[in-house]
Order: sequence, then C-alpha cells, then structure tokens
Amino acid sequence: MADITESLPVAAQAPPPRPGGVLGWLRVNLFSTVANTILTLLCVALLAVALPPLIRWGLIDAIWHAPDGQACRGDGACWAFIGEKYRFILFGFFPATETWRPAVVVVIFVTMIVAACDRRMWGRRLAVLWLVGLLAVFALMRGGFAGMGKVETALWSGLPLTLILAVVGMLLGFPFGILLALGRRSRLPAVRAICIGYIELVRGVPLITMLFMASLMLPLFLPAGMTIDKLVRAQVAFILFAGAYLAEVVRGGLQAIPRGQIEAADALGLSYIQRTRLIVLPQALAMVIPPLVNTFIGIFKDTALVIIISLFDLLTTAETALGDGNWQGFYVEAYVFVGAIYWSFCFFMSRYSQLLEREFNRGKRR
Amino acid sequence: MASEETSLGTVPARPAPWRDAKIRGIAYQVAFVAAVVGFIGFLVYNTAANIGRLNIPIGFGFLQREAAFGIGESLIDYSPADTYARAFLVGLTNTLHVAALGVVLATILGTLMGLARLSRNWLVSKLAQVYVETFRNIPLALQLFFWWGLLNKLAPGPRQAWQILPGVFVSNRGIAYPMPLANPAYRWVAAAFCVGFIATFGFRRWAKRRQAATGQQMPTGWIALGLIAGLPAVVFLAFGAPFVLEVPALKGFNFSGGDAMSPEFAALLIGLVVYTGTFISEIVRAGILAVSWGQSEAAMALGLRSAQRMRLVVLPQALRVIIPPMTSQYLSLTKNSSLAVIIGFPDLVSIANTTINRTGQAIEGITLIMAVYLVISLAISLAMNLYNRAVALVER
Repeated sequence: MADITESLPVAAQAPPPRPGGVLGWLRVNLFSTVANTILTLLCVALLAVALPPLIRWGLIDAIWHAPDGQACRGDGACWAFIGEKYRFILFGFFPATETWRPAVVVVIFVTMIVAACDRRMWGRRLAVLWLVGLLAVFALMRGGFAGMGKVETALWSGLPLTLILAVVGMLLGFPFGILLALGRRSRLPAVRAICIGYIELVRGVPLITMLFMASLMLPLFLPAGMTIDKLVRAQVAFILFAGAYLAEVVRGGLQAIPRGQIEAADALGLSYIQRTRLIVLPQALAMVIPPLVNTFIGIFKDTALVIIISLFDLLTTAETALGDGNWQGFYVEAYVFVGAIYWSFCFFMSRYSQLLEREFNRGKRR
Repeated sequence: MASEETSLGTVPARPAPWRDAKIRGIAYQVAFVAAVVGFIGFLVYNTAANIGRLNIPIGFGFLQREAAFGIGESLIDYSPADTYARAFLVGLTNTLHVAALGVVLATILGTLMGLARLSRNWLVSKLAQVYVETFRNIPLALQLFFWWGLLNKLAPGPRQAWQILPGVFVSNRGIAYPMPLANPAYRWVAAAFCVGFIATFGFRRWAKRRQAATGQQMPTGWIALGLIAGLPAVVFLAFGAPFVLEVPALKGFNFSGGDAMSPEFAALLIGLVVYTGTFISEIVRAGILAVSWGQSEAAMALGLRSAQRMRLVVLPQALRVIIPPMTSQYLSLTKNSSLAVIIGFPDLVSIANTTINRTGQAIEGITLIMAVYLVISLAISLAMNLYNRAVALVER
C-alpha cells in the first residue's frame, strides 16, 4: 500500500473555494437546496405575520403612563399597569415604607448566586459568604432590631419569598439528598429499602400533593397545641421534595466512581465515614455539578406552585395585582413582566450549567 | 477472607462482636428501622389524637356519600347526585385524558423541534432554539395562567371569535374545531386498522426470517403501507365512504357542531405540550447527536440509502439514548397535569381538593391522590421499560 502512494505523487491542490461574504453565507445556511429554500421562505413568512403585530402591540401602540386602567385601554400593551404595580408584584405585602429591605435581600441573593458561579470562589470562602448572606437575608426580612420594624412571615412575599423557598429548599435538601443517595447505595438491605421507598414515593407523586400535605396534613401530625408557620411548612415540603430529586442526581455521581477508588480507600484502612467523606463524595459531587444546577432551576420554577396554598410568591402577587378593580384585564402584561424575571434567572443558570458541562468534558473529548 | 486464612493454616481470631462487620450491620439496621418506625409512630399517634380531638370521622366511607357538587366537564356521565367515588373517577378520567393527549402531542412537537434545531438551515434552527429557550425557562404554572388568561379572559365572545385556521374558532367559550360526523362504519375502519397493524407485525417477522435464510428481501415498506393504510381505506370505501365533516357554526350564543375544548382544557393541554415539548426536543437532539458520524459514514459505505441509513443505523442507536429520559418526561407531564387545579380544570387533584374542602377528610383525599399517581407512574415506567428492553443493546 505504502508503495503505491509513494510511487504516485500527487501535486497538492488548493482546498475548494469557500463561499465567502454575506451572499455566500446566505447560500450555505439558508438556500442550499430547494427544500431548504422553501423552509426559509416559510419561516420568513411566519415572522412577517407574527412580528409586526407583536412589535406594534408591545412598543409602538403601548401606553406607558396612565392614571388608571380605563385610561389605559387601547390597541397596545398597557405598561403603565406594570409601572403602577411593580412594587407590589416584586415585594408584595411587605410594608411599603420598608421596601429597601426586600430590595437589598434580592441583591444579596443575586450576589450569592453570581459568587457561586465563579469557580475560583468554590471552597470555604463561598460557604462563609453564603452563611453570612442567608443570615443577613433573614435579619433583613424579619427585622425587629436597629430601628427596623418586625415583619411577620405572613407578609413576606414576592420575589424574596420565591428566592428563599428555592435557595433554602436546595441548600437543606442537598445534605438530605446525599444521605438518601448513600442509603440507596448501602449494603444494608433495610436501609436501602427505606431509602428507595422514600425516593420513589416522592418522585412518583406531584409536588402539589406534597404541598397539600404540608398545608393540610402537617398540622395533624404535630402534638396538640403546637403550630408551625405556613411558610415553614411549605419550606419543609420543598426540602423533602428537593431531597428525593437531589438524591437521584447524587446517585448518578456515586455510580460513576470506579470501584478501584473504594477498594483503594479500604486498603488504606479508612473507615466508611472517612472513605465517603474523603474519597467518594468529593469525586462524585464534582461530577454532578451541572445536573445539580439543572435541579436547582427546576426547584426555582416549582416554587411558583405555592400559589395553591396561598403563599404570596412572585406569581401569586402578580395574580393579586390582576385582581385590582381599577386595573382589570392586563393579563398578558403582568405575565410577561413576571415571566421575564423567572426567565432571566433560569436562562442565566442554564447557560452556566451548559458552560460547566463543556468545561468538565473538555478533558474527555478529543 | 476467613476461609483463605484457614487454608493457610492460621486459626482466625473471631473479632469481638462490636467489631464484627455483620453484627454491626444488623445493629445499624435495627437502629435505623427503629428510628424510622418510631418517627412514623409519633406522627400516627399525634394524628390519631388530633383526629379524636377534632372529631373528624376516619376512613373511606365518605366516598359512598352524595357529592352534591357539579363538575365542569367529564368524559363519563356524572351529576351532582352521584357519589364522591364517581366524582373521583371523573377526575381520574380527565387526568388520563389530558395526559394521554399531552404525551402524544408533546412527543410530536418535541421531535419536530429537536430535528429543526439540528437543521442545516440557520433560520429554522434559530427559531427552534428561541422556542426552546423561551418556554423551558418559565414556570409551567405561569404559562398555564397565561394561556388561560388568553383563552378565557382576553378571547372575544363566540360572535367575534378568532378563526385561526379554516373552521377552527377560538373564543372565550373555548376552541371549536371541525369533526367528522360519527358513523357506524368508522368502527369497522378502526378494526381494519388494528388487523392491518397486527398483520404487518407478523409479516415483518416472516420477512426478516426469510431474509436471514435466503438473503431475499421483501418490499416490507410497501406491504406495510398497504396493510396499515390500504386495508382501512378499502373498508372505508366499501361502506360508501361516509364522510361528512361537520364545521362548527355560530348558533345563538355559542358554537354548535363539530367538537370543542373548554378554555380550561385547552389552556392545560397547550401549556403542558409547549412546556414538555422543549425538554423532549433537547432529548431528541442529544440522542441523534450521540450517534457518531462514523456510523452514518459506514452505512453510506455499505450502500444504504438515506432513509435506510436513518431507519436501520441511526434511529435504533439514537432511541437507546432517547428512551430513558423520554420516560421521565412522560412521567413529569402526567404529574404536571395536576397543575390543572390552578386554572380550574376538574382533574383528579382538583376534585380531591374540592372533596377535602367539603368533607374535611384531608388524609384520605391526599392518600387517594398519591396512590393513583404512584400507580400511573409505575404503569408508565413499566411500559417504557419494556419498550426500552426491546431496543436496548443486547450484550453478551
């Protein structure tokens, strides 16, 4: 074989000309074949039908300032509704004179999340930052010192409530999920059976039933005379729910650890706890960081369900704002506003998880 | 290990009981089970005490009592005079109805969008990406409110209904669409379809065995088309092709004729399909990307045509990657259908909620919902696992 190729030298040829410029790009990406051309034209037609009315509704014909709902009726969107209601939608029933407190809370949460995304921060520094951040959040929301009035949890509402439910649910659900995952992989049959039973039970039923349970059944579970705050009950439901889903994510990491690592740890004479803490978990958790971020996105979106137990999260405050008799019927405006907030958080985090995934896989790809 | 040591002639020293792994394992388990049982016992004790104090009757006896509340829509006969058990059954059929339709439509939408994202056409793939990124990152509850507000509150009355497609009218009474008039012949057409389907299955097995034995190929595709589409068509024509498409028409204050969905059902279905479709499209895309390009090249080198390449080489391998995550999407669609309660569609959870509010039997109501969802979840996982086993890689 080698002889043939060597005896027939072929002069090097220039690569075929690549179509350059805008026209070349258009031809390759939009009009390469007849079928592609038809598809492109169909898409352009679709955009031509859908976009102009949307732009007219949202921008050109929109009303930006109006004294009340009646003055705001036209062909376009009524963004004046958002201007009137944004404080209520974002912070709900929190006393209006103290609006700066929930606003700072949101800033703290965003800082915490952004800091957690910086890989140089991972480690003890981040843990300290988060602890301080969470304490500050609760101090600011609750108040009752340094001249800040005390605010009952029933008044905690809007975006801060959504963030608290999601972040605390994830943080406390995480250790619970790790324990469940370890239990599910345990060699002890009774432990394994109970953990599998719990995980499958929670994952098999809708979150709504967990919330119903928290709001309707939990009071019955407690000794007579003992009551728990409604927010805490919902939070417990989220922790229990998140735990089961996080357990499955962590299990994926545990299963990916080569058996040799565990055998090596045993050979070194490490106990089960040492082995798990020093060898297994650090590797397993590092592997599952991208799916962990995705689970967090899921839990963040799921907090919108607390509307059924009438906690005033971001979605519920928007619904409440829609009930104002002076400003009726601005559904699309309210949902676009709230949707944009949810979307920014989720989009940012999902992009981040994709980035991590690419970085983690860099070593594995050729 | 002990046996190795004995074979070497050294007598193993029995470890002290508290150092014996076996005994310690049993002790841990006993302690764990005792803790769990103790905790559950504590809850049950409190619950019993509370129920006794509050005088709530316990048990499922309430199911036989008259429900005395109306249900907006139902696939089976129901009136307020029926029992709570019947009401639950209505809720269950409504849940299954929307979930089954949702699974089928979300699969179609998701597959189309997944393929569109892989398209070499830049515009098509960007549009699909915009769809996925928009609807995946907004909570389903919010999307349901949006569709419901659009359909129930912002849509005009039937007289000014939006005609989005010829014969399809959207108004605040729901979506009215054309439907062929029922005819006894259709039952026979459906039967012919089933017969054709089963016959195709048998024929394919026979053709495969024949090809393995003799190397001769049969035109399986054409014969399958003939059996599955042709046979029902022949039956349809034999009955004189009784086809009358009934288009909804405005009559008084609402549409009559054709078929219609309530705004609640339509909002729930659209929300579930659009939301789940984004996840399915990502799964389909990842599945197809997971089949390496070398496989396609090898198929081309073997002289397979493009359709054969897709059917015989790429799809079977992609399906292996696609099916497990697809199962969990079907499961979550079914569970998410419980969000019906927030827009007032009478699904199982919504009816259980009403029942709990009317009877105070929270424990029984929630137990019932959980049991039903667990059974549905298990049934879907079982069916999908069977299918998965059929397409999974058979290893030595």
